[in-house]
Amino acid sequence: MTSRQKTAASVANYVDERTGAAAWMKKNLTKVFPDHWSFMLGEVALYSFIILLLSGTFLSLWFDPSQREVLYQGDYQPLSGIKMSAAYASTLHISFDIRGGLLMRQIHHWAALLFMAAIVAHLLRVFFTGAFRKPREFNWIIGVGLLTLGIVEGFLGYSLPDDLLSGTGIRIAEAIIQALPVVGSYLSFFAFGGAFPGEAFIPRIFTVHVLLLPGIFLALITVHLMLVWYQKHTQYPGPGRTEKNVVGYPLMPIYMAKAGGFFFIVFGITAFLSAVASINPIWLYGPYTPGQISAGSQPDWYMGWLDGLVRMAPPIETHAFGHTISWNILIPGLIVPGILFTGMALYPFIESWLTGDKREHHLLDRPRNAPNRTALGAMSLTFILVTLLNGGNDIVATHFSLTINQIMWFSRFGILILPPIAFVITKRLCLSLQRADRDVVLHGVESGTLLRLPTGEFVEVHTPLTAEQSWTLTQHEQRPALELPEEDNHGVARGKVLRNKLRSRMSRAAVEEVTKPNSDDMKEIEGH
Amino acid sequence: MSHEVANLSDPGLPAHVHRAADSDPKAEKKAERQVATLFGLSAVGTILFIVSYIYIPLDLFIFVPILGSTNAHQLSLGLGLAISLLCIGLGAVHWAKTLMPDNEVIAQRHEFRSPESERKEFVAAAKEGANAAGLGRRSLIKRSLGLSLGLVGLSPLLLLRDLGPLPGKELEKTSWKTGTRLVTDPGNRPIKPSDLEVGAVAQVLPQLNPDEERTLNNIGKDAVLLIRLRVEDFQLSPERLAWTHEGIIAFSKICSHMGCAVALYEQQTKHLLCPCHQSTFDVPRAAKVIFGPAARPLPQLAITVDTEGYLVAQKPFTEPVGPSFWERSS
Repeated sequence: MTSRQKTAASVANYVDERTGAAAWMKKNLTKVFPDHWSFMLGEVALYSFIILLLSGTFLSLWFDPSQREVLYQGDYQPLSGIKMSAAYASTLHISFDIRGGLLMRQIHHWAALLFMAAIVAHLLRVFFTGAFRKPREFNWIIGVGLLTLGIVEGFLGYSLPDDLLSGTGIRIAEAIIQALPVVGSYLSFFAFGGAFPGEAFIPRIFTVHVLLLPGIFLALITVHLMLVWYQKHTQYPGPGRTEKNVVGYPLMPIYMAKAGGFFFIVFGITAFLSAVASINPIWLYGPYTPGQISAGSQPDWYMGWLDGLVRMAPPIETHAFGHTISWNILIPGLIVPGILFTGMALYPFIESWLTGDKREHHLLDRPRNAPNRTALGAMSLTFILVTLLNGGNDIVATHFSLTINQIMWFSRFGILILPPIAFVITKRLCLSLQRADRDVVLHGVESGTLLRLPTGEFVEVHTPLTAEQSWTLTQHEQRPALELPEEDNHGVARGKVLRNKLRSRMSRAAVEEVTKPNSDDMKEIEGH
Repeated sequence: MSHEVANLSDPGLPAHVHRAADSDPKAEKKAERQVATLFGLSAVGTILFIVSYIYIPLDLFIFVPILGSTNAHQLSLGLGLAISLLCIGLGAVHWAKTLMPDNEVIAQRHEFRSPESERKEFVAAAKEGANAAGLGRRSLIKRSLGLSLGLVGLSPLLLLRDLGPLPGKELEKTSWKTGTRLVTDPGNRPIKPSDLEVGAVAQVLPQLNPDEERTLNNIGKDAVLLIRLRVEDFQLSPERLAWTHEGIIAFSKICSHMGCAVALYEQQTKHLLCPCHQSTFDVPRAAKVIFGPAARPLPQLAITVDTEGYLVAQKPFTEPVGPSFWERSS
């Protein structure tokens, strides 16, 4: 043994004698992970979170979370001599006086945008491939929780600099709290330490932003990853891949190198974006004052859907018995988002109720083979896209020479009409794709080679698929619809008639499909 | 329908395809050089980062095509960091993809459900534990424990009570009183009707006593917009017309929807627009909502002039300003 090997051995021995780690490490160093580009999306979210922790810690060394009024006398001339909060002044200080400060602010903000984008992309991947099915429902719910907290954390984060734009965002958040029936004004006064804006809010959201929420994030992410580890990753279907196995590369060395390297790539791209693309130039907005505003006030993108919903809400308030209920705020600000997120969290249970499928699933679905789910996803996405469009209606209007009124009316009707249309189109598309799969398995791929038959007829030669390709296109399971008899074994009518009818109907819709080729079909065409 | 039976057969894992570097020593050397070059480039990036940190002044601006005028310090610092990080990442991934073994491995999954015997033993152990503690029998203890735990849970909630005062009538009050002078913001100067031409807009605040200091809380409720129209343009009730003065009409600037500053005035159409959610108010008709999510007009402030000819408030606002709340009566 060389001396270096001796040192390594004695360190390993020291640790193992005290923890027994060797057995665990031996098992897990060779742990197998399946490979697919779409499995990187969750990784991007994780790495952006680490970048956020690092850059956020840097920023907190100079940021002064206080609404104490100060007179700015720093290096940025246009704001010299203007009264502002210490929070805003210290953000200017970080941007203009600290070397690398502006870069770190940009990295922090870009990483936050990327974090949310990666979470949403990861969620879509998990949804469309059915990765949320048993046994992964817990992880789905944790994921929905992380998405929700991410939106809150991002909002609090861009509110901290106390510039004109972010203050306007807080004003809107305050109006939503205040609109809650019965307790609204009380909650608002507790949150803000009195009337809006007061001087308590920035210090309070600072604690929530840098301590409370990151703590919860760390805990949830840890559980999320431990479950992925323990339950083993899902895999896409293909030859040799079954519900019982997992096919891929071992952690050591392939994934250590790939995942470790990928962290640096994500960090590097974030740094590059921050170097060349400036976002949130708070020095241009000026300090917050409730009497001013800038045109084109826009939240960060992950809040845009909420803003769009609020913008398109019809102007309805109820005044009765000396009280006011602001439906124009409650519906878009709380009720619709509440329904959306609750529905999303419960989706795995709804689907398994409809299909009656209580088995474990480790092979992912190709989205076309679950047409109803895919169509539902497309429907939800369309809903969110309409709200996003309306959330930027002022910007869209100026860029495309439209009026705000046109976009608003388009959104008010579009939000109701377009999602169902998206559902129908997507479902038809999925069935067509299934048909195309069937076709290509049975008849092969057009080869582009024309053959002239002795009769003078021209035909195109079709190349049959390989066994591997055929298997990938036909391995999925096609289950019959749930059959819920209206009477039980003793001929007595079952209760909950309406519920069972609904369930049967939805179940029948869920299994609508193009019959996949089976081995009999294949034998038959071999004769041709 | 027996789909399962008729499935095509699984051909099993496809054969491993060798990469160039697996068999060709030249390709292997080349890949090794590429990885090493990437790691080397990363070191160059870090050097660029250090040099920029020390030698490029914070306030140096340079012209970069596409980007325009850019802060040189921030740009080169960022590019240095980006190169140093990206190249480490690219190097590691390239290493994994070209030189590390790429044989796919199969591992088996196991059902998560515990074996039946273990489940039975668990239930037995849990029951035995509960019995030993007498959870089933000692209902007095159970109930009193429930009571005390519930009460303990209240204490942290109680502790949050001092987060803020009770709202009381605070949301309905502003600093405007009968005879309060309108002063410009910024500037704090009292204004006369002659200061405003027809079509002009001005933001005003109530004049405060010398001993009072204006806070953001004041501005959040007191901000008022003055707009001067021709008197014949108004379509107001006689009462509301009496609240204007020589064509000057005053509205709360705080949006009746969600409290943003309603700051966009369109002179041609005489509309006020809130940039947050595009609620649009028609000025000649007492800021009636003609578009968008706002459900109420902007509250109008009755104004007149005092003996010295300065604009003053006839009386306080007759309704709360800003967004709605539960206790609001109209």
